[in-house]
Amino acid sequence: MKLSDFFLYLLVMAGVTYLVRAVPFVLIRQKIKSRFLNSFLYYIPYTVLAAMTFPAIFFCTDSVIAAAIGAGVALVLSYFGQSLLVVAAASAAAIYLAGFIF
Amino acid sequence: MKDFSDGCQDGLPIGLGYFPVSFAFGILAAEAGLSWWQGTMISLFNLTSAGQFAGLTIMAAGGTLLEMAISQFVINLRYSLMSITLSQKVDSSVHGIFRYLFPYSVTDEIFGVSSARASKGKPVSYHYWRGLRVLPVVGWTLGTLTGALLGSVLPQDLMNAMSSMLYAMFIAIIIPVAKKDRPVLIAIILAVLLSCGFTFLPSAVPALAKLSISSGMAVIICAVVASLIAAALFPVKEEEESLADDAGRGEGRS
Repeated sequence: MKLSDFFLYLLVMAGVTYLVRAVPFVLIRQKIKSRFLNSFLYYIPYTVLAAMTFPAIFFCTDSVIAAAIGAGVALVLSYFGQSLLVVAAASAAAIYLAGFIF
Repeated sequence: MKDFSDGCQDGLPIGLGYFPVSFAFGILAAEAGLSWWQGTMISLFNLTSAGQFAGLTIMAAGGTLLEMAISQFVINLRYSLMSITLSQKVDSSVHGIFRYLFPYSVTDEIFGVSSARASKGKPVSYHYWRGLRVLPVVGWTLGTLTGALLGSVLPQDLMNAMSSMLYAMFIAIIIPVAKKDRPVLIAIILAVLLSCGFTFLPSAVPALAKLSISSGMAVIICAVVASLIAAALFPVKEEEESLADDAGRGEGRS
């Protein structure tokens, strides 16, 4: 690939990605008044994260069983209010160790 | 400065989780014929996983710039949704030039963690945001650099386990709220059911497979539909959004 081609690709790629993030953020400065819209936005973080995590988490490693164990560890620890770091590290350790067995 | 150090602390698990994913991107970029600094620049300027992997494929295949633009738009459109939500959560310190510097680091994970902070009633200030993104940006950029230079020095199992940290983090964000707030739990279950539909139905129903909906678009559809239903069934009271979820939201809803 020519160097100029690379920079063109990079410019378009990073430019579009930035605009997708920035345009709504820069334009919406008012507090949204609509109760329905606010309710919708209240649920968005949870539904976005949930849709990204399930079922993808079960296929993050070669063994579905190991991944399911990791997901189980994450669910239980976060149910009991453990911090992000603890949940993430324990779940990753569980997946890694379970990978040797399953 | 408290906000900044809070941010750094919250960003640590994100940075750790990013490293192996972006390490894998570095290896792929090198395999696609890019030099180490090219892969690293892509990671530094884009700070996104699915979009970069798609972009790399287009570069390697010599695709058009229009293809590149459309792929990035479709895959990353979910960030628009996150930016709208964040526009309602940031405090007044995000003004002027900061308004334009802020959105660069809207990613799934940074969005998730900062939303969790906002729902606990703590401010999402520009200082917090800057602290929050330091380690993810470093982890993401350094991961690609290392991957491009060193290739496969880490065993694949270990890389897989490390990248799963990101999913575990999402679980840690949504579960404590779902535990206390039944409507959130219902919204989550709806989103997961829809997401399973997008994942498993296409292999069973050939007509759906033909639509070839990208994973980014699937996330948008699942989240929007589930949130619309939840908003219709369980509207939230105005003051509630910024109040602590810890306080219990049952009595506030009418």
